[in-house]
Amino acid sequence: MAVFIFVIFVVFVISLSFYLGNKAKSASGYFAAGGQIHWIVNGIAFAGDYLSAASFLGICGMIATLGYDGFLYSIGYLAGWIVALFVVAEPLKKLGKFTFADALDAKFNSSGIQLAAAISTLVVSIFYLIPQMVGAGTLVTPLLHLDHHWGVILVGVIVITIVATAGMASTTYVQFIKGAMLIIFSTILVISVLYKGINLVPPAIDQAGNITEFYKYKILDAQETNNIIIPVDNSYTFISQKKIIDTKTKKIQSEFVKLSKNYPLILKDNHFQFNYMGINVSLPEDATEKLKNLSLEQSEQIININNTKYIHKTINGEKVLVLYEGRSEIIDGLRCVMQDGKLFAKIENWWKKENIDGKIKLIEAQTVSVRPNEAVMINGAPASFINQLRTVGTLEAISGNTSPDYKIDKTNPIIFLAILSDDKTIFNQWKSTKFNDGNAQITAYYPKQIKGSAVMRPGQFFKIESSWKEKIDFISLMLALFLGTASLPHILIRYYTVPNPSAARKSTIVAIAAIGFFYILTLYMGLGAAINNVLNPADSNMSAPLLAKSIGMTIFAIISALAFATVLGTVSGLIIAASGAVAHDLLDRFSNLKMSEKQKVNVGKLAAFTVGFIAIILGIIFKSVNVSFLVGLAFAVAASANLPSIVMLLFWKKTTAAGIIASIIVGVTLSVGLILFSPVMYALYGLPIENAPIQLKSPAIISVPLSFLALIIVSLLTQKKIEK
Amino acid sequence: MFHKNITDNTEPDYAENYKIKLGVIMFFIYSLIYAGFIAINVLAPLLMAKKIIFGLNLAVVYGFGLIIFAVISALIYNHFCSKKEETFKQKK
Repeated sequence: MAVFIFVIFVVFVISLSFYLGNKAKSASGYFAAGGQIHWIVNGIAFAGDYLSAASFLGICGMIATLGYDGFLYSIGYLAGWIVALFVVAEPLKKLGKFTFADALDAKFNSSGIQLAAAISTLVVSIFYLIPQMVGAGTLVTPLLHLDHHWGVILVGVIVITIVATAGMASTTYVQFIKGAMLIIFSTILVISVLYKGINLVPPAIDQAGNITEFYKYKILDAQETNNIIIPVDNSYTFISQKKIIDTKTKKIQSEFVKLSKNYPLILKDNHFQFNYMGINVSLPEDATEKLKNLSLEQSEQIININNTKYIHKTINGEKVLVLYEGRSEIIDGLRCVMQDGKLFAKIENWWKKENIDGKIKLIEAQTVSVRPNEAVMINGAPASFINQLRTVGTLEAISGNTSPDYKIDKTNPIIFLAILSDDKTIFNQWKSTKFNDGNAQITAYYPKQIKGSAVMRPGQFFKIESSWKEKIDFISLMLALFLGTASLPHILIRYYTVPNPSAARKSTIVAIAAIGFFYILTLYMGLGAAINNVLNPADSNMSAPLLAKSIGMTIFAIISALAFATVLGTVSGLIIAASGAVAHDLLDRFSNLKMSEKQKVNVGKLAAFTVGFIAIILGIIFKSVNVSFLVGLAFAVAASANLPSIVMLLFWKKTTAAGIIASIIVGVTLSVGLILFSPVMYALYGLPIENAPIQLKSPAIISVPLSFLALIIVSLLTQKKIEK
Repeated sequence: MFHKNITDNTEPDYAENYKIKLGVIMFFIYSLIYAGFIAINVLAPLLMAKKIIFGLNLAVVYGFGLIIFAVISALIYNHFCSKKEETFKQKK
């Protein structure tokens, strides 16, 4: 069903592209939809364009995992439209034709501006493309059961097809339909969440989409003797302990303990299976024969010698005595043992060690263990379609009530937020740590209890209470979001699809209303995901679609298809902007190549292919980073590279061509440079993040003022030449 | 053809100066309120957890307020711009 709805949607979008493709034979048709789009359609298309994978997947994911900090992105993204409306919309429409470079260059006709603006458009588009492609891969994985990189490739191919067939007319209508549907279905989802209410034991969902019963993660009491942790519950056996040391402070950051426990193996439908962490884990069919060999056959006799049990087994044609107890077989890395005449799966998994009120507590964690040339283990058992990381995200207490029976049905938008903001409401948020265990690389996910009052205010992603560095990071991000919107090339080109400046203004207002409403919904969707046991602890980006899955498979299919279309729409817009920069700014205007109309459109399409290909590669590389965070970086680059020149050109008469070029170059170089040497990139390079020379998460606070400064200084220096 | 202006910018816009001035004023008003939000978070982050109305804390009220105020100020701006454009059209 989900796949069917998804495929129908994608086929519809591509068919629309081919149909509209006939209308895009001229360059103006290809790059600016002939300038004839109605302002209401353009306004919703703005929303479709803007409500990208980052808004839908990233923000909801960040709210779900880090609370209010994710909503800061919603606030900043929307505030950015105020700059677009009050400062940029109409003047830019007046100055430009197809691209933002046209607008900048309208006064000067400088080839340097054309080159710098085209490069900046390309850089910003590519930065913005990365999160969209990452989002695409994330979406396709649970829906079509494809690997992340196939998702990225699939989106790349579809988008290139859309862009190469029709250009701006097609992307406008795709974005219009998608924008409208996204808002409608997100509203339905939020109403469903509020209707469902708040409870402490929401069912989980497995990878197959089946609703599974609520699983309460265990907390064990334990004692420590000579570095050995002994759980009070003696069904668990201590294996080893791992201390994670902070490389900078040399202090213990966290401690994990490996325990083993035997789970009874039951033969069902010719498969051995065991119930573990809320699901039935089934062993592969070829394990059945091996494990039957471990079982006691009816004809076999137990032989007791000096109180030790033995049985006869035939090994290499010889009948020998072997130990009856403790015999084991390893199936895909999982040890299955015989004990007291019964078969057990011996699970070895990690627990987080905490000292609470002077007592040792072991908190059950989820783990992914990767060992070279061996099967990946999830929670100590072989990874399979069913045995994946369990969905998480629940409340431990609702306004102080901890009874599993306590729940609040059919809440309303205000009460919902008021309860979750309560000081006595406790969230179980899942954090992660990586460490090595021998040659295995372990990623451990563990719950942390956080008060509602802390979740519902900024402070978890940006630790604004802790240090000035974090405060500056926060200011830098809010600045980038505020100034970035009005500088995004794919948003700027949409001003050229309407007939006149007043239509540009009106379409911006429609966009603000639609986007503002959607961003309010993101808080409900994110929090809904945070408390309804639907979060994948390894990938926050899937929170909104998984929330939809907990409501029903139809709405999940529609929301996933919409999110996929969201990626398609935004990526097509970005690729159009990038191809416009190459074909129009670089080749037509800067290089002054004499090309026919058809040749220019073909060059644009060729550029679309190239940029699309680059986006596919980067989408695969940046797989593990939250998409909203990546978009924040794209905004910082856009705000640094483009906004100073746009604003100063419109409002400072002394601005010169050289000043604009300097501002763009300084903005692009500084912002990209600061990002490349930031902790996030160091993590991607596999280097210790504390070694990153620039400890800023967002570069805007440095790069935007310096870009303005470069423009002012260079413009003032080049004034004299003009006067002379 | 490729570089021909495809949009209707030929009609002089007499309301242009008025619209630019109004836009800048409204931009500064919004910027101030936005800056206030950042300032509280940086200087007194715990204040954001303070309950303001209907059990909602300052973070939620201020955050929603910024979004709703953006929509309202956009509508106000459009109202005055359209009114001015009409006035000039009628004068003509």
